[in-house]
Amino acid sequence: MTVEALSAAEGGTDAVASAPPSGARQVWRRLRGQRAALAGGAVIALFVLVAVAAPLLAAIEGQDTTSYHAGLVDSASGGVPLGTFGGVSGSHWLGVEPGTGRDLFARLVYGSRISLIVAFGATVLQVLLGVLLGLAAGLGNRFLDGLLSRITDVFVTMPALIFAIALLAVVPDGFPRPVLLMLVLGLLAWGGIAKIVRAQVLTLKSLDYVAASRLGGSGPWRTARRELLPALVAPVVTYAAILLPSNIVSEAGLSFLGIGVTPPTPSWGQMLSSASTWYQADSAYVLLPAVLLFVTVLAFTVFADGVRTALDPRVASRLRVGTGRRKQAKADAGSSGTVSPEAVASGKVSPDVAEPETASRKAVTGE
Amino acid sequence: MTRFLLRRLFQAAVVLVVLAAVLYACFYLAPGDAARLACGPKCNTAQITQIRGQMGLDDPVYVQFWHFLSGIVAGHDYSTGTDVLHCPAPCLGQSYRTGELVTTMIGQKLPATASLAFGAMVLWLVIGVGTGLLSALRRGTVTERLLTGFTLVGTATPVFITGILLLLVFCSWLQWLPYPSYVPLTEDPQQWAWNLLLAWLALALVEAAKYARLTRSSMLETLAEDHIRTFRAYGVGERAIVVRHALRGALTPVIALSALDLGTMFGGALLTETLFNIPGLGQQLVQSVQIKDVPVVVGIVLVMGLAVVVANAVADVLYAVADRRVVLA
Repeated sequence: MTVEALSAAEGGTDAVASAPPSGARQVWRRLRGQRAALAGGAVIALFVLVAVAAPLLAAIEGQDTTSYHAGLVDSASGGVPLGTFGGVSGSHWLGVEPGTGRDLFARLVYGSRISLIVAFGATVLQVLLGVLLGLAAGLGNRFLDGLLSRITDVFVTMPALIFAIALLAVVPDGFPRPVLLMLVLGLLAWGGIAKIVRAQVLTLKSLDYVAASRLGGSGPWRTARRELLPALVAPVVTYAAILLPSNIVSEAGLSFLGIGVTPPTPSWGQMLSSASTWYQADSAYVLLPAVLLFVTVLAFTVFADGVRTALDPRVASRLRVGTGRRKQAKADAGSSGTVSPEAVASGKVSPDVAEPETASRKAVTGE
Repeated sequence: MTRFLLRRLFQAAVVLVVLAAVLYACFYLAPGDAARLACGPKCNTAQITQIRGQMGLDDPVYVQFWHFLSGIVAGHDYSTGTDVLHCPAPCLGQSYRTGELVTTMIGQKLPATASLAFGAMVLWLVIGVGTGLLSALRRGTVTERLLTGFTLVGTATPVFITGILLLLVFCSWLQWLPYPSYVPLTEDPQQWAWNLLLAWLALALVEAAKYARLTRSSMLETLAEDHIRTFRAYGVGERAIVVRHALRGALTPVIALSALDLGTMFGGALLTETLFNIPGLGQQLVQSVQIKDVPVVVGIVLVMGLAVVVANAVADVLYAVADRRVVLA
């Protein structure tokens, strides 16, 4: 295992230094040791940069997202772009949209804004709701815990995609769609985080240092803030890193179904949606958003996996198939002792913080 | 066992009623007039008022909801002004748009959804379990790397991207397959399979990665158990150990998981059905939501929810049958 070897090697040099490295620095060092995660991080940084600089990039190209260029599409064949690869030229770097002739490069860079903003916003909302409700359930009395846990269960098990569709359909059209998407995804998919936080709080509550804080006269919220929250950072960050790509996919999926971001606002999912009617005539138009989405989600997934390994090196990588997975295989197969069927059904035998996998893969649009 | 099933059934009923109530409330609060939808664009105000009365839309929302619930148990009669339309016992109401019974509509859409779900399951089991077993039995860097890559790509690719790329490659570029249009199984089995092949593949590739991983870890776990060591010590051949003894234990979680996933698929592979133009429940749901045809939406969601709940229970029972250590309580 290269990560550990690396940490060990670096630990050797550290022994000379007097102060032990802080938690954040240690995590960063472990993350740095994973090449795949770093590559993922670099791709993410690039996309964020593109999204931030979208107006600049479009200005350099000299195009915008909404202007029609009727002269660049072949009206005789129904609007297929003229020229190779969907009309690539010096003034239209990635070609134009079939039918309308809108510039694809501008639409793609602006589209990355929508995809990233919606995903980030939804993730922040999910984390806030999840941590708050998980803390309340873990710290509250039996009644509160029971109530919140039932509500959480409903949110974890319900078909989120269907609810998202229904919610998106009933909100008036005037409401800004990206904000709406953010809210819908955020409000529907916080259950996993709440479950993990609650389980973690229940474990922590029984530890001596937390009890000592309570005995020292701290109220529950002071204890939560000073003793519990720092210990929750690692699992919550891990889970959030996994939620992000699944939110990107959800936004794309809903926009793909035609109920997310609507034209003329560009988003990758929306472009894919209109591209799916053009794939017979103009394959470049399909490939661009598809490849971009694929690369982004892949980068986020690899990066999230690296973050997870860096925060908790005892757990082998989720994506690595080596022998490190033995222990988890045991949990999956439920081969130790008797297991309740509910636990088996949810694929989660122990509410172990290290296993956010089963719940996390349930993206809202996970088919 | 019976107690377990009864309890599960009760839980399921509660969840489904809550689901329906929430949906009803959502659409009730939403702008838009069902009577106008039912009547069409050419209606005048008087006609709309009349239709509102006939459809019971002037009742408070809880009365409407109660009529809906009692209709499921006892059936319902709708007056259409001149004659009466009888809706037999599991009555889910009638479409605002077409006036068709929701149960009839669901019955028409179900075969396509079922075709998609079962076909995809067969494929993902073959691909996933095959890859998983292969990499568990031939442990080496090459298979492990392949499986890692496969898992990574499967995790990161949403089904609509896999699907659209498959369409692009096989229909547009290579032209090996026709552009898919659904043909019912009863009409022409060969055309049915041919047209659905890419949709199955798109769903299966995404799912198979999960199954490959599960099969692999489960197989390795089983092979490491004591009873297998004992078989080895007795001199049982490696092939017999794997096929006759290890597979049973190793595939238990796989079977349970596929029951669950089949339920979810039945719950409508909305994206796949939309992309491949398969006239199933998912496609109908998306269309009905867009025109706010409440009875159809609620009916389809209930059927989908039922499928998921039933699949959950089946998975639990299968698990208990295959592994005696699991206790149903």
